Amino acid sequence: MIQRGPPWLRHFPFTGTLLVLSACGLGMIYSAGELNLSAPITEGLWIRQAVLLGVSIVGFLIVCRIPAWWFAWIAKPAYVLAVGILAVTLLVGTGVGAASGVKSFLSIAGFRFQPAEAAKIATILALAKLVANRNTAPRYLRDMLKPLALVGLPLVLVVLQPDLGTALAFVGIFFFVLFWAKTPWPVLLFVASPGIALILSFDVRVWSVYALLLLLGLYLYRLRLNRVESLGVALANIAAGTVAQPLWNSLASYQKNRILVFLDPGLDPRGAGWQLIQSKVALGSGGLFGKGFTAGTQKRLMFLPEQHTDFVFSIVGEEFGFLGASFVLLLFVFLFFRMIRMAETSRSPFASLFIFGTLGAWLTHVFVNVGMTIGVVPITGIPLLFISYGGSFLIMSWVAAAVITGLASEDS
Amino acid sequence: MRDSREQKRRGTQARVIVSTLLGFLLIVLFRNQVLGFSEWLLQSESNRLRALTVPAPRGIIWDRSGRALADNVPAYAVWIQSSRTESMIATLDRLRAHMTLSDERHEFLTREARANPYRRLLVSKDAPFDAVAALEERRSAFPGVVVEYRPKRRYPEGELGAHVVGYVGQINEEELNSPDFEGAGPGTMVGRSGIEAMYDQGLRGKAGTRYVEVDALGRIVASFRGLSRVPEEAGADLELNLDLELMEWVHYIFPEGMNGALVALEVETGGVLALYSMPSFDPNLFTGEVDAAVWNQLLEHPGSPLVHRAVAGKYAPGSTWKLASAAIALEAGVVTPGERMPVSCRGSFQFGSRAYRCWLPEGHGSQDLAGAIRNSCNVYFYQLGLRVGLERMLEAGNRMGFGGQCNIDLPQEAAGTFPESKLFWERRFGYEASEGEVLNLVLGQGPNSQTPLKMAQFYLAIARDGSAPAPSLNRFAEAGEGWRLDISPEDLETLRYGLRQVVEPGGTAYMASLEHFDLMGKTGTAQSGGDRLSHAWFAGMAGLRDGPPEIVVVALVEFGGSGSDTAAPLVAKTADFYLRAKHGIPRDTIQTLSEYLRAGRNTAWANRRPDR
Repeated sequence: MIQRGPPWLRHFPFTGTLLVLSACGLGMIYSAGELNLSAPITEGLWIRQAVLLGVSIVGFLIVCRIPAWWFAWIAKPAYVLAVGILAVTLLVGTGVGAASGVKSFLSIAGFRFQPAEAAKIATILALAKLVANRNTAPRYLRDMLKPLALVGLPLVLVVLQPDLGTALAFVGIFFFVLFWAKTPWPVLLFVASPGIALILSFDVRVWSVYALLLLLGLYLYRLRLNRVESLGVALANIAAGTVAQPLWNSLASYQKNRILVFLDPGLDPRGAGWQLIQSKVALGSGGLFGKGFTAGTQKRLMFLPEQHTDFVFSIVGEEFGFLGASFVLLLFVFLFFRMIRMAETSRSPFASLFIFGTLGAWLTHVFVNVGMTIGVVPITGIPLLFISYGGSFLIMSWVAAAVITGLASEDS
Repeated sequence: MRDSREQKRRGTQARVIVSTLLGFLLIVLFRNQVLGFSEWLLQSESNRLRALTVPAPRGIIWDRSGRALADNVPAYAVWIQSSRTESMIATLDRLRAHMTLSDERHEFLTREARANPYRRLLVSKDAPFDAVAALEERRSAFPGVVVEYRPKRRYPEGELGAHVVGYVGQINEEELNSPDFEGAGPGTMVGRSGIEAMYDQGLRGKAGTRYVEVDALGRIVASFRGLSRVPEEAGADLELNLDLELMEWVHYIFPEGMNGALVALEVETGGVLALYSMPSFDPNLFTGEVDAAVWNQLLEHPGSPLVHRAVAGKYAPGSTWKLASAAIALEAGVVTPGERMPVSCRGSFQFGSRAYRCWLPEGHGSQDLAGAIRNSCNVYFYQLGLRVGLERMLEAGNRMGFGGQCNIDLPQEAAGTFPESKLFWERRFGYEASEGEVLNLVLGQGPNSQTPLKMAQFYLAIARDGSAPAPSLNRFAEAGEGWRLDISPEDLETLRYGLRQVVEPGGTAYMASLEHFDLMGKTGTAQSGGDRLSHAWFAGMAGLRDGPPEIVVVALVEFGGSGSDTAAPLVAKTADFYLRAKHGIPRDTIQTLSEYLRAGRNTAWANRRPDR
């Protein structure tokens, strides 16, 4: 590893991968505008994305020179500010494009941005600081309360927008930070258990088996749990199991449809199942080598919805085939392995926890986004890291990368 | 971090998590892209290539002089295509400035757009041309609006001849599976009534196919040359015997506000020159979207405008049927033309314990056949009927088709009602038929009801050599099988002589006689039931003076009262209009003797007595 030079050069495998991914994204957004019809939405969008990438890189170069102590110092005020802005967004936010009913954008002086993206970084900073300030690793379920509250607050605000995709990233942040903080696996599982109960409650028999396993787990782990904790976990699971039906009923019909067509896309092939079917057709017809850059017919004829944002990976698969798609996925694997390595070598708990928080968010984005284009995850509006079109997400991802680079450079 | 062993373990676990999740995605991608490639490629191709049906224009239906009864006009379907519901609805709202959309329809379309966000929205199946022109002019202002062309049926004559030409409607599910409609795809317009239905197969043509590359919204991006285009085949035109000008004239002279029918046949061929039914309807109402309210209005109309009275309206034939009785008697050889009946008419005829009345209480005195026809003398015909006998009367009547159809090339034709044998009375009325029933039948009463067309076909046989081909509308189709009267030309001449006297001085229809032509015919009145006037009949034929008849016309006016006052002038004026054109005599609206008298013209021609 290069030990001298500017921070970006010292962590070149990391920063270089980001550049390659961003370049791929730029190419795909260019391709998304190459259609057989005129579509004002995607035409010339790649130029905007190129400008945004330039801004991101400048931002990166500035941020990675900021000393590490400043991030630890700014963590709390940044978090408070971010939560405040999220609350304001709920009141005065606007939507964009197909999601015009959603309040996830703030518009200031002609610029529109998504506060949730900045809130992610602020939350990671605050959580990393909270956990790093402990003298010992969290051992008990009660140790999870503060981190849960810290992540839960912005998460709820984002869910209310509603932006379920971004909310999922907060879940990833929480678990990866606490995982890296060496929280025992059973404790993490107990925290996750109400969520699992919610999903499994679709079938009473499955849920019953799960509940028995959970009780067994609580019994085996009884020495590390007090009565309140055991009771809390049990009650939370029962509540999750029973609240599932009313929760399902309270979902908007488009949200229900997304889940139903995930289970069976043929249910409504011209409606809610459309995106999924067309995305699978695009990917599948790409074959091993793809149809060639800009030559994807599914894309050219606009069968792919949201092809420059959430479904950009379908174009990768259609035009570059399995080879191109796995190249992008392997780039992500490489990137995440680098981040794990950076976290391992970092001497500062705050820095390595921040890296893991970011890893949690990013891995969630990649898995959920790619997963939904091939139908293994229900469709949630979530962009693909560094590749999808979108200003706030691109800039904030680069800022997070800059913080990582800065923190990693300082203590290595 | 202190516990570096745990630290290491966690690092490994993190790598396992990352590898597992992304590895799983890779495996699914491999299965989808490499193993499932050919299947998905096929789907991608069928996604973007669409076989478009190119509707074939239906054949044009012409009258005998080259006027169209049914042709095609371009119709325009207007669609909105957009990936966004909001912009779809906005476009729809803006469309209202150029198209008339009822509030109901607009609301319905808005709901449709919201319910099916990715589907294209059919705003109108048949937009008016000026609206389409306005949209085309403002193409850039309506980016999502697509106008599609398809030929639409038009009936230029509207109500005139509506019953004959019929109308078309969209093919239904059952028909799509029927071999009769092979090759007709969904959305094809098929004949539903009249000539349109009768000759549907020929008129329909064959839809073509072309392949286009479409985008996700079904918008056509380009023609696709990889698959060859199957050209559409226009339906074959059809020329009818019908004379629209004559139909117009009939409509003009038909008594205002009255219902009824008129049939005119060309004697030489049996071709249908006019087939008129009142009230009528506008078949154009059925070519676009059928308005349920309009349809119900037609169904509930007290005059039943959808019923084709000329071929499906059944009426007691009354005295017009006496000619059939006479023909049957001549065939059987039970009377001879010059013979007088033993009982002369004193106003009634005693049979069994009952007295059967003649319509003239004073009586007609002693009559021969021609005289009995002229006077429509019941007493003569009672005796004629008894000579023929019930059995023979029934057999002959059925042989002449009074219990069936004439097999005109129209789907709506109704069969006449005529007892097929004596069993009819038992079945229908529950008593055994006595010989006395013939006394009703011989006058055209009793269980006997006929369509105007059937009566016309019978008079056609009298006008010809006794043979009656099936009346035909299609000008170039071979005339269908008919039947033939087995009587001598002299006997036929006797019947015609009787008919001619009806229109001579002293005859009941004298006032309907014509200056240039020999008119002959028989009046009839048929009980309508209830207190209203009887239905008025006149069945007649006409030709040049002392020449053979060239046209047979039968008119029926519902509740028209006496046949001589309402029906006979109709027949006379129809025949006159046709024959004047045929023989190059200038047309005139003053045609019958009564019109000449009213107009104060010279009527010397009317005093001529016929030679025998």
